[in-house]
Amino acid sequence: MAVFPFELASPARLVFSGEVDQVDCPGAEGDFGVLANHAPLISALRPGILTIRQSGSPKRFFVRDGFAEVSSTGLTVIVEHAVPAEELSSAELAKEIEAAEDKLAAAKDGPSRDRAGERIAQLKQIASQLSGAGAAAH
Amino acid sequence: MASLKDLRNRIASVKATQKITKAMQMVAAAKLRRAQAAAEAARPYAERMERVLGNIASSITPSPESPKLLVGTGKDDIHLLLVCTSERGLCGAFNSAIVRLAREQIGRLQSQGKTVKIFCVGRKGYDQLRRQYEKQIVETVDLRGVRQLGYENASGIAEKIVARFEAGEFDVVTLFYSHFKSVISQVPTVQQIIPPVIEKKKESSGPSVAYEYEPEEEDILTDLLPRNIATQIFRALLENAASEQGARMTAMDNATRNAGDMIRKQTITYNRTRQAMITKELIEIISGAEAL
Repeated sequence: MAVFPFELASPARLVFSGEVDQVDCPGAEGDFGVLANHAPLISALRPGILTIRQSGSPKRFFVRDGFAEVSSTGLTVIVEHAVPAEELSSAELAKEIEAAEDKLAAAKDGPSRDRAGERIAQLKQIASQLSGAGAAAH
Repeated sequence: MASLKDLRNRIASVKATQKITKAMQMVAAAKLRRAQAAAEAARPYAERMERVLGNIASSITPSPESPKLLVGTGKDDIHLLLVCTSERGLCGAFNSAIVRLAREQIGRLQSQGKTVKIFCVGRKGYDQLRRQYEKQIVETVDLRGVRQLGYENASGIAEKIVARFEAGEFDVVTLFYSHFKSVISQVPTVQQIIPPVIEKKKESSGPSVAYEYEPEEEDILTDLLPRNIATQIFRALLENAASEQGARMTAMDNATRNAGDMIRKQTITYNRTRQAMITKELIEIISGAEAL
């Protein structure tokens, strides 16, 4: 399988850098997979799980607030926050949801209220996904 | 002339000071290593961010509807200076150098008839600027309680600035911080963040790639631009943190060496005085014996 260079950068550090087979990104308008020789694309990301597939088992990261850029030199994902999915505790996620709910309460106009509401739904979906995956593993 | 006891006390006190400066130097060295690692770890993110922003900015044509954060308000009457300094002193000319640069800029802008507003991050810069420009300081952010500088700190500041910008309080925002070049060299730096200065791509790099955008370019830009400001501020804060520790290390190294010199000089004076006293006593004894 053709490989391509992929980088996952967060303000804290360069989380991942290397050759990969495929990356599944949680795009703002739906998930999308990136393979080698993908057409140039810039997409916003929603909070979600990003999956890196390479030889061996796939790596999963929880990401939020960022962008994916596909260019001729490969895929670059820049996000404000990225942690391996297995290190993401439900307590941390609950805190994120709480913060989003505060934002919803503070939102004044329609669009920002919509955005905050959407965000809560997305975060809750991740929570259910993770707990489902955790239960399946046991 | 000082008595022997006075000299002894003086040497002891300089020695105590030297111990403190030595300890501070070592603490600064340890903190510097951490701060430097953090600054380096954040670099890839900022670079990628700049590249993506550059790509998008060069692909859209500026129009009155373009986001103001990218193209500016079309005026440059009111300037906001975002001055980042440290929370603690005893780090040589670190804070003064940043403040001096800001002062020069303020003087230049005011002589051109522009209005200047100041946003202070860090207590030291606020203390220095307050004397002269108290009324122009619109806000100060105190990071004293922050142990490990995080992205949240920077995005908090960025949010405040963007909110004020959208309320039309100013047209141009300039960031002042100290660029960490090496342990012994920190360069006070000016960077304009609103509107961002985007380097034009060289023509030789061929036709720019036609990106597909998801969602629309404008939507991505409204999301990306505030984030870029937060990133630039975050980078400035990290560079500042590393610079501060570097400056403190150098300053404390100098202080330790100075204290060493002082101790050496004082010890010589002490020994000379002691010998003079002994000689004087001997002369007294001998001349007393001769008189008999």
